[in-house]
Amino acid sequence: MDISKKIVLPGEEIDLNGMKQGNGIYHENGKYYAYQLGMLQVYNNYVNLIQLSGKYYPVKNDRVIGKVIDIAPSFWILDIKGPYPGFLHINDTPWKSGSGELSKILGTGDTVFAKVNEITESKQIWLSLKDAGLRKLEGGHIVTVQPTKVSRIIGKAGSMVNMIKEMTNVKIQLGQNGIVWLDGEPDRVLQVIKILKIIEEEAHTSGLTDRVKKILEDMR
Amino acid sequence: MGMVSEVKLIDENGLRIDGRKFNELRPISIEVGILNRADGSAYIEWGGNKVIAAVYGPREAFPKHTQNPSKAVVNARYNMAAFSVDERKRPGPDRRATEISKIISEALEATIFVEQFPRTAIDVYIEVLQADAGTRIAGLTAASVALADAGIPMRDMIAGCAAGKVDGKVVLDLNKEEDNYGQADVPFALIPRTGEVVLLQMDGNLTRAEFEEAIEMSTKAAMFISNLQREALMTKYSRAEEREETKEEPKNGNSGEDAHE
Repeated sequence: MDISKKIVLPGEEIDLNGMKQGNGIYHENGKYYAYQLGMLQVYNNYVNLIQLSGKYYPVKNDRVIGKVIDIAPSFWILDIKGPYPGFLHINDTPWKSGSGELSKILGTGDTVFAKVNEITESKQIWLSLKDAGLRKLEGGHIVTVQPTKVSRIIGKAGSMVNMIKEMTNVKIQLGQNGIVWLDGEPDRVLQVIKILKIIEEEAHTSGLTDRVKKILEDMR
Repeated sequence: MGMVSEVKLIDENGLRIDGRKFNELRPISIEVGILNRADGSAYIEWGGNKVIAAVYGPREAFPKHTQNPSKAVVNARYNMAAFSVDERKRPGPDRRATEISKIISEALEATIFVEQFPRTAIDVYIEVLQADAGTRIAGLTAASVALADAGIPMRDMIAGCAAGKVDGKVVLDLNKEEDNYGQADVPFALIPRTGEVVLLQMDGNLTRAEFEEAIEMSTKAAMFISNLQREALMTKYSRAEEREETKEEPKNGNSGEDAHE
C-alpha cells in the first residue's frame, strides 16, 4: 500500500513497509507511530511526516523574519513566532560592534531577515545575517500567514511569488516562520495582502497560480 | 449526590429519563479549528454540554520562574460561563474549577511529549458554555482534539467518559438529573492506544464489582469517542490532502532557499 500523502493523527501506527524512519515518527516496542498530526511523505526510502498545522518550529538553515524585542550586551533577542526567541550575536552580523552600543545598529522593533544558524541542545535558537540576501528590513509592511502555507505562497520554484512581484511591483520577503515583509506602492501592497489571504484560504485547490494571475490582472 | 431520589430515574422498561439504555451515550459531535487566533481549537457538543477548547503554544513560559528546564508545562484552565448552568454561576475560578484544571493539566501532560519543549508553556483553555453533567470529560476530549489541531506532538489523543450509579444500577454517561439524584459518578479518561488511565475520580460510593462494571463500560465508550475525535480531525484535514495532490511540486517546510530575493 502506498502510504505517501496519507494523513496521520498523533499516536497513529505507521507501517513503514521496510522503509526507514524519518522525521516526525517515533518508535515504541518495535512499532512506529506518528509524532503529531501531519501528512506522510516518502523521500529517498525515508518516511517523513510533514506538519499540516500549528506553530512554526525552527529548523537549521530556515530563513525567517524576526523582530528585535530585547538587546543584551553582545546579542539581540528576536521574536520569530516560534516556541523560543531567536538570538542574533553581533559576530554573526556584517556589522562591527566598535562602540559596543548594539541599539545604534538595531533597536527594539527593528526587523531583520535572518537564517537559523544553530539550534543548541537546550533549544537556544541562534540566528545569523551572514549569507546572501540576509539583511535588516527597512520600511515596508509586515503581515503574517500560517507557517504551513508559506511553501504554497512560494509556489513551484518560486512561480507564485515571482509572478506576484512582477505584476504588482511590490518587494516581497517571505520568512519560513509565516512572517511576510512587503514594500511598494500602498494600494499595491494592499492588493498583495488580499492575494496572500486568498492563497492561504485556497491553498488546497488546484490551478491557484492561474487564478491568482487572473485576479491580479483584474486589479490593474 | 447522595440525595434521596424523589424522581424515578429508570423506568420499568429499564430506560432512563432521557430514553437511553443503561449503556448508551448521549449524542456527541466535534468540530475542529473553530478559532482563527488560537494555534488549535475544537468545539464539542455532548448531549446538553457545549464546550470550546483552545490551545496556544508551545510558547515561552512567563513568568520566568514557572519555566521547567527539562520539559514544557501544561496549563489547562477549565472555566464555566456564568450562564452555563440554571442558576447564575459566580464568574471566576472556584475550588471546583481549580481542581478540574489541575487534573486536566496532569492528564494532558501524560500524553504530550513535554520533554521536547523545555522552558515552554502549552496553554489550554476550556470554556464551558452550557453544562449538563460530564463537562470535565467533555472538556478534556475537546482539549485533546485541539492539541492535535495545534500540531503538538502526542502519544495519542486522550478520550474518556463517565459512568455512575443511578437507582441502584450502573449506567454510562450520566446527565444532569442522574448526576444530581444518582448515587455515584465516576469520570474516567485513558490513552486509547496504550490503555493507560490518565484521569479517574469517584464521587459517591460503589462496590468493587460495580466500579469494575463502570470502568468496563467507560473504556468501551472512550474507544468509541476516540474514533469520533479522529473523524472530526480527518474532516478538516482531508481538504489538505486535496491540496497536496493538486500542488505542482510538494515542498518541504525547510526549503528556505526559495525565500531568496
